[in-house]
Amino acid sequence: MPRAGGSMSDWFSAKKNRRHETVIRTGLFVCAALSVLTTGAIVYVLLSNAVYAPGDKTAFFERVTVTEFLTSTQWKPVEGDRGRFGIWPLLSGTMMVALISSLVSIPAGLGAAIYMTEYAGPRERQFLKPMLELLAGIPSVVFGFFALKFVTPWLLKPVLGLLNLDVSIFNSLSAGIVVGVMVTPLIASLSEDVIRSVPRSLREAAHALGSTKFDVSMKVVVPAALSGILASFLLAFSRAVGETMAVAIAAGGNPVMAMNPLKGSQTMTGFMVHASTGDSAADSISRMSMYAVGITLFLLTLLINLISGWILRRYREEYQ
Amino acid sequence: MTDEKSALSVPPSVQGVDRNLDTSSHSAAIDVRNLNFYYGDLQVLFDVSLKVPERSVTALIGPSGCGKSTFLRTLNRMNDLIDGTRCTGECFVESQNIMDPDVDVVLLRKHVGMVFQKSTPFPKSIFDNVAYGPRVAGERNRAVLADLVESCLRKAALWDEVSDRLHTSAMALSGGQQQRLCIARTLATQPKIILMDEPASALDPASTDRIENLIGELCASYTIVIVTHNMQQASRVSHQTAFFFKGRLVEVGPTMKIFTSPGEKRTEDYITGRFG
Repeated sequence: MPRAGGSMSDWFSAKKNRRHETVIRTGLFVCAALSVLTTGAIVYVLLSNAVYAPGDKTAFFERVTVTEFLTSTQWKPVEGDRGRFGIWPLLSGTMMVALISSLVSIPAGLGAAIYMTEYAGPRERQFLKPMLELLAGIPSVVFGFFALKFVTPWLLKPVLGLLNLDVSIFNSLSAGIVVGVMVTPLIASLSEDVIRSVPRSLREAAHALGSTKFDVSMKVVVPAALSGILASFLLAFSRAVGETMAVAIAAGGNPVMAMNPLKGSQTMTGFMVHASTGDSAADSISRMSMYAVGITLFLLTLLINLISGWILRRYREEYQ
Repeated sequence: MTDEKSALSVPPSVQGVDRNLDTSSHSAAIDVRNLNFYYGDLQVLFDVSLKVPERSVTALIGPSGCGKSTFLRTLNRMNDLIDGTRCTGECFVESQNIMDPDVDVVLLRKHVGMVFQKSTPFPKSIFDNVAYGPRVAGERNRAVLADLVESCLRKAALWDEVSDRLHTSAMALSGGQQQRLCIARTLATQPKIILMDEPASALDPASTDRIENLIGELCASYTIVIVTHNMQQASRVSHQTAFFFKGRLVEVGPTMKIFTSPGEKRTEDYITGRFG
């Protein structure tokens, strides 16, 4: 300390002008503001292309009515009279993949969470947690190829072939399965946190009433943590709805309302990949429709996240 | 505590408790022999032998950390839930040694119920809390469950307060009501023995009073072992008192004798509030 040798008065009487504090404060504020700005910019881009376009461009909903968008069951984003712009084929494709993924991720994720909190010893937990984190770290494009090159030809085709079912190369089932595997760590780690926060006294009380470990887990611990667990399901569902690459690769690009998981389908995200990488002109209807789909997706995931946040807050009020 | 030197001021007992009971003539519901208990390498109970007469109340007293709660928790093998604990010796419940590794702890805990210091209602309805034990034991018949829930809530002196809201959340009950609910819930598994770990220490005086009177009623049909820090409570509710100190059972005898003419100096010092 340079001041250690100086006299008292010259180091505490005058307030120092710490310029670097101001710089740090400003820098940190910019970091915080960045995410707000980004969200704002995204909403602006979506709205200015989908709802109202400034300048000489024409926004999507200035060409296609909201009624057609919400009621038509066909999606053919082409110019002219043949164009059909009903969101339902894409929405149903998205929902089908997300629901299939939930069928995989909910039991696997919740099971893993219960195992780690209630059954596993410290050593097993030390092994399992990093493995789940590793799974969460695999890029989604890898999952897409895993679905296309492994799940469909080596798992679905042979197994469902035994039942004489015809599985397409591109199909929603394989996409749903790999997305389910992808979001399993999300459910596992969020559920593990809420399950762990269930007081130990509750577990002891259940044991003292003659419960088996399974009774304690399923009849006391899980119900006590239910809202947090449900919130994790919803967050995982919203992740699955927004998942892009794995789905675009595995489910293909056929926007139909058939709801057949063994055939290809197109999801909202899948369409957006297709539209933004295609060679159509920037102001073509195909390109503009992407923004309308984007807004729908944005609102959908926002809604799910809000619901799950609301459920989580209720949970906190009840237990703390 | 009083500043009297002798331990002569003993409050009247609750109804149903005979503090001069000749405990040696009663048949033992629990018979512990040479119990040693370890948390890892740390030994916390040393060679404890104690008989608990059936259909009576035995109070375990002693300063904090003396091992009385640990002892209580060995009686339904609750300590099994804690990693790294170890136990030697024998503990007979209905002539079965419950320290035997082959004992089914799930069945044991139905037989030996437990009420904790902190009331622990499950986040379910009042009805479902009481019906929990019978349900995990496989009872599905609604009429049987309804009868059982009513009779247990009556025994726990809670029925009149909750009979019109059985299907509302148990979390909304007051602290004293929650603790009586936990007692009702324990009774519903139809145990023979009930272990109580400071069941009233978190309650207000009025609720404590109700719990103590309840213990006096229950001991006509159940064997009760209660850990308490409250000397007055021990002297009011128990037939037999056991004094623990530093992991050893110093003295056990009829409550009146322990509180008026203890055989050991340490017991007298503790009861009169000279330490602890």
